[in-house]
Amino acid sequence: MAEVVNIKALNRRQFAVGAAGAGLMPGLLRELTAPALAQDRPPDNKWRETYDKIIGQAKPIQGKLTLELPELAENGNLVPFTILVDSPMTDADHVKSLYLISTANPQPDIAVFQVTPAAGKASVSSRMRLSGTQDVIAIAALSNGTYLTAQRTVKVTIGGCGG
Amino acid sequence: MATMNVKPRVRIPSPVKAGDVIEVKTLISHVMETGQRRDSSGKLVPRLIINGFAATFDGKDVFRAELQPGIAANPYIAFFVRVPKSGELVMTWTEDGGATAVETLRIDVA
Repeated sequence: MAEVVNIKALNRRQFAVGAAGAGLMPGLLRELTAPALAQDRPPDNKWRETYDKIIGQAKPIQGKLTLELPELAENGNLVPFTILVDSPMTDADHVKSLYLISTANPQPDIAVFQVTPAAGKASVSSRMRLSGTQDVIAIAALSNGTYLTAQRTVKVTIGGCGG
Repeated sequence: MATMNVKPRVRIPSPVKAGDVIEVKTLISHVMETGQRRDSSGKLVPRLIINGFAATFDGKDVFRAELQPGIAANPYIAFFVRVPKSGELVMTWTEDGGATAVETLRIDVA
């Protein structure tokens, strides 16, 4: 069910479409104006700092981590999500932390969840705010020092975060 | 330590057998003011969020959350806990400024 996309695949165009979606341009117009907008805006890499701070020099692995989000969120103030890792959650092999990052909100870090083997299952569900159409990234830190990532794109009709 | 004047809601499945891994669903009423919003006079509304949540079972750490303003108002948090035997699930929500809400749930295995 989860769509696992390479982080590096997040290009300027996707950013621009997200940025335009947050504005007032509807439908086709958004598609047409997105490339032009991209040139006018500095690359928005604030989330990258947050991402790099978590992962450091490690090479994240894809798979085993599922980030569930709706494809289309009508209300950016209330977007349900679930982060789930396929892990035995034993003392020797478990998930330590789950991170959630927004690539377009004013503040990229959304939440950090810490789980222990006493949880039995590495999963958390909650609801987030999204300022506009964008990619959302989940990272899992495992007890053996490796990191897993997953990414989903959410189209947002009405942005959250107030203004 | 100040106490938040709010009653959290917690739901677990029933019955619970020894060794089950169960989902705990929690909900607490809170504005989760982001600190980015302006009031009608144009002044920034100061940030006031629940920034922390922790759950222990039988005194052992199970789950913790550090929340930022990107979490929606009235935070819903669902997590899992393994129940090897009967015990107490203690959940603590912490607001900016340190006020807390604590909910204790006794889980008796069938």
